[in-house]
Amino acid sequence: MRFGVVVFPGTWSDCDFHYVISEVVKQPVKYVWHRDRNLADLDCVVLPGGFSYGDYLRAGAVAGRSPVVEALPEFLAGGGLVLGSCNGFQILCEAGLLPGALMRNECLQYRCQSTSLLVENVDTPFTRALRPGQVLTMPISHGEGKYHAEPETLRALRQRHQVVFRYATAAGQVTRAANPNGSAENIAGIINEEGTVLGLMPHPERAAESAIGGTDGLQIFHSLLGSLVEDGTFTKR
Amino acid sequence: MTAEEYDRILQRLGREPSYTELGLFSALWSEHCAYKHSKVFLKRLPQTGPHVLQGPGENAGALDIGDGWAVVFKIESHNHPSFIEPFQGAATGVGGILRDIFTMGARPIAILDSLRFGDPNDPKTRHLIHGVVSGISWYGNCFGCPTVGGEIAFAPEYAGNPLVNVMCVGLVRADRIFRARAEGVGNPVFYVGNKTGRDGIHGATMASATFDEGAEAKRPTVQVGDPFTEKLLLEACLEAMATGAVVGIQDMGAAGLACCTSEMPARSGTGMTVELASVPQREEGMSAYELLLSESQERMLIVAERGREEELRRVFAKWELDAVQIGEVTAGPDLTVRHRGDEVARVPVDALAEAPKYEKPYAAPAWLKELRAFDPLALPAPADYDEALRALMGAPALASKEWAYRQYDQQVGVNTLVLPGSDATVLRVKGTRRAIAVSTDGNGRHVFLDPRRGAAMAVCEAARNVSCAGGRPLGVTDCLNFGSPERPEILWQLAEAVEGLAEACRALELPVVGGNVSLYNETSGLAILPTPVVGVVGLLEDASQLATQWFKAAGHRIALLGPDAVSLGGSEYLWTRHGKQGGALAPLDLELERRVQAAVRAAIGEGLVTAAHDCAEGGIAVALAEACVTGKTAIGCEAALPAGMRADLTLFGEGPSRVVVSVEGGRAREFEALMAESAIPWQWIGATGGARLRLRVGGEMVVDVSVDHLEHAWRNGFERHMA
Repeated sequence: MRFGVVVFPGTWSDCDFHYVISEVVKQPVKYVWHRDRNLADLDCVVLPGGFSYGDYLRAGAVAGRSPVVEALPEFLAGGGLVLGSCNGFQILCEAGLLPGALMRNECLQYRCQSTSLLVENVDTPFTRALRPGQVLTMPISHGEGKYHAEPETLRALRQRHQVVFRYATAAGQVTRAANPNGSAENIAGIINEEGTVLGLMPHPERAAESAIGGTDGLQIFHSLLGSLVEDGTFTKR
Repeated sequence: MTAEEYDRILQRLGREPSYTELGLFSALWSEHCAYKHSKVFLKRLPQTGPHVLQGPGENAGALDIGDGWAVVFKIESHNHPSFIEPFQGAATGVGGILRDIFTMGARPIAILDSLRFGDPNDPKTRHLIHGVVSGISWYGNCFGCPTVGGEIAFAPEYAGNPLVNVMCVGLVRADRIFRARAEGVGNPVFYVGNKTGRDGIHGATMASATFDEGAEAKRPTVQVGDPFTEKLLLEACLEAMATGAVVGIQDMGAAGLACCTSEMPARSGTGMTVELASVPQREEGMSAYELLLSESQERMLIVAERGREEELRRVFAKWELDAVQIGEVTAGPDLTVRHRGDEVARVPVDALAEAPKYEKPYAAPAWLKELRAFDPLALPAPADYDEALRALMGAPALASKEWAYRQYDQQVGVNTLVLPGSDATVLRVKGTRRAIAVSTDGNGRHVFLDPRRGAAMAVCEAARNVSCAGGRPLGVTDCLNFGSPERPEILWQLAEAVEGLAEACRALELPVVGGNVSLYNETSGLAILPTPVVGVVGLLEDASQLATQWFKAAGHRIALLGPDAVSLGGSEYLWTRHGKQGGALAPLDLELERRVQAAVRAAIGEGLVTAAHDCAEGGIAVALAEACVTGKTAIGCEAALPAGMRADLTLFGEGPSRVVVSVEGGRAREFEALMAESAIPWQWIGATGGARLRLRVGGEMVVDVSVDHLEHAWRNGFERHMA
């Protein structure tokens, strides 16, 4: 599976995703510069964490209007998949590829800590290797990760099973105390209606090796590889 | 600047200096830039060793860690700016040290912060802590370098002079280290990065004076940081270096352009001419004086190879940064500065680099003898040791610092094998089996009572922390924070402390490869506790052979390695319980220290220990309590400590060279054999298990407390002040 990791000015999880995809997942991967619109030779585009353009207007606001992000609809239409983590999730919301917005953490401080994520939807290319109700451990690292959406949007997300991950206790209880940033309904990650764009605030690339915070994040990559092989895209291209 | 210094300039130039020239001398001859009061002492520090690739005198030091890699590191202070404007002061402290690391060609992989404040109950101090921690968080997180360690300690002496010392560690291929040199006559000089404004003018001179009531009025001398631009500058500089077109590079830090344009040619025996009108500016009508002395952040001076200017411009254009040729390297000996064609300064670079060195008189303060003679055992022993231990675990200095470090990204780079919260942080070196362990330490109270031994103990403790993680200490960076050197007693503290650092570094074979001196940490005549902060970097040849400080499971045996000698003099217990600062420190045997650390590393290397923890502030009782509660799940333990001393001294007394380890029962014989070989004093003292911490002294149970209670005290002790 051919991955592209997008680099905006101010991105910093690019090297980590690149490392995990090439050294741990052992898949071909290249960096994609933010001015690049040509994504034709890729199967999955990763929008990594960081402070694109310094997040100076709003987190992800400038990057959400960059050439590479403008090229994403066409890439998706051609069968591509997009994974946005942390700043990548913020960018996808700013670009309108995912509903809602990410606002300043309720505690008004940056938070870097381990979180437990309840898996709610395993019927996606990003989560098919998981079990519903499974709890994953992945770290967060952000100042603006409080998911916000209008009540009707939240209702629609629920009805269409677009909420993929919720912050929970280690036992899988979705509680207020387990919510690290005040996100609406403890939402940590959502997918678009078509099931081709996943955005999440946690960092799967920081949970991909047992020596570095566990391997739960790897499940997302394994799901992706499985999807590709099974639906034939791998052989098709 | 003094009248004598002015006369010296007249002599050197043979004429009156111009206003701009005087500005150059004033900044470059400031204490901050020239170390004129401390240089005489600093040369006593050992600076060489088999691993040293770069010692003091460059932007940072460098050590060879094998497999073709080098670690580049340095610690620096930003104390004065952080008191005036805590958020920007601390943020630009992080920015400055990051640039020192990546000008060497290294990618920064870790930041550690050593912070000192007054009483956290005081609203003003709380404001400073909030500002400093959020400033560090903002800059480091946005830039994308993990903040992985450091310490926060408190004493009233820091209330008017908080300390913000930031250490940065970077990695570079050992044969690709860049230096701050201006070589090759005719080579172009490039200004790259942020535009120049009026911020930070006189920063270096501000940091070379004491504060009085009007300190806040100096706010305009604090720089304003932009971590986003710094991140672009990092990527652009590393990319530019990879082209091979960069000859030398220096960060425009203290004294800005003035510093770079004189220091770089001075190191290379060349000269430089620059045209200030070419400098990218964000304000209109800046004078030559302002352009030379601005401390605007995120700027570098690069000497490039002639004919390869385009390669450099292309890289910086890609990252949307200015890269403008402002001059060229000359045969010397002068720095010639023009502004719109007019010559505004012409000074030999050596004259700027050769600031006067002072050997001022110093003497031990008269009050010290009495303070040291204080006998802590004249105070009553606690009636309730459970409560005494709980209070100590909840003291802000010892309590969990999670409130601060959860605001820092600790993992970006996916190298952090041991997160903050253990004796040392451990980071892997990708593509090798190696890892590095890093720790900072420095106990102002100890140094106040005995500068020489206290400073030596700081080296030992930082190195011991690294050894407790399984790392072999390789080198040191130090930040010497003191009051005004113009007072003989302060200069004596500095002289003694440097001697102590030197003794310990020699004994442990640790070269000091870089650092920083911060003097004049006084407000209205009250000096800080003398605080040398020591950063140690160590190497694990096998990253899988690391240790952490917390107990892993029940049923492991517990051993205490090292001597029995401890003291309540200068201890955290004496301060927290009795509000007293006095007494004598425990003896320090450097040779024994070396052997204990070697024994701990050997035991970790053989996979014999499941936890290793340094006995530091709070003594063995706190060390054991920390081993119980700092892991993911709290585990109790029971230990019997030798009789012969009063129980409070046994439990809470502090002394060097002591380490607690846990060992699986099945490996006890092997461990005993290894300890016998190591020729160090050691003893089994107990075992892990249960939900209580139970300590006997001379057969009598003196502590029997639930680990949950201890954990609660420890988790909330600092955070409750910050809410």
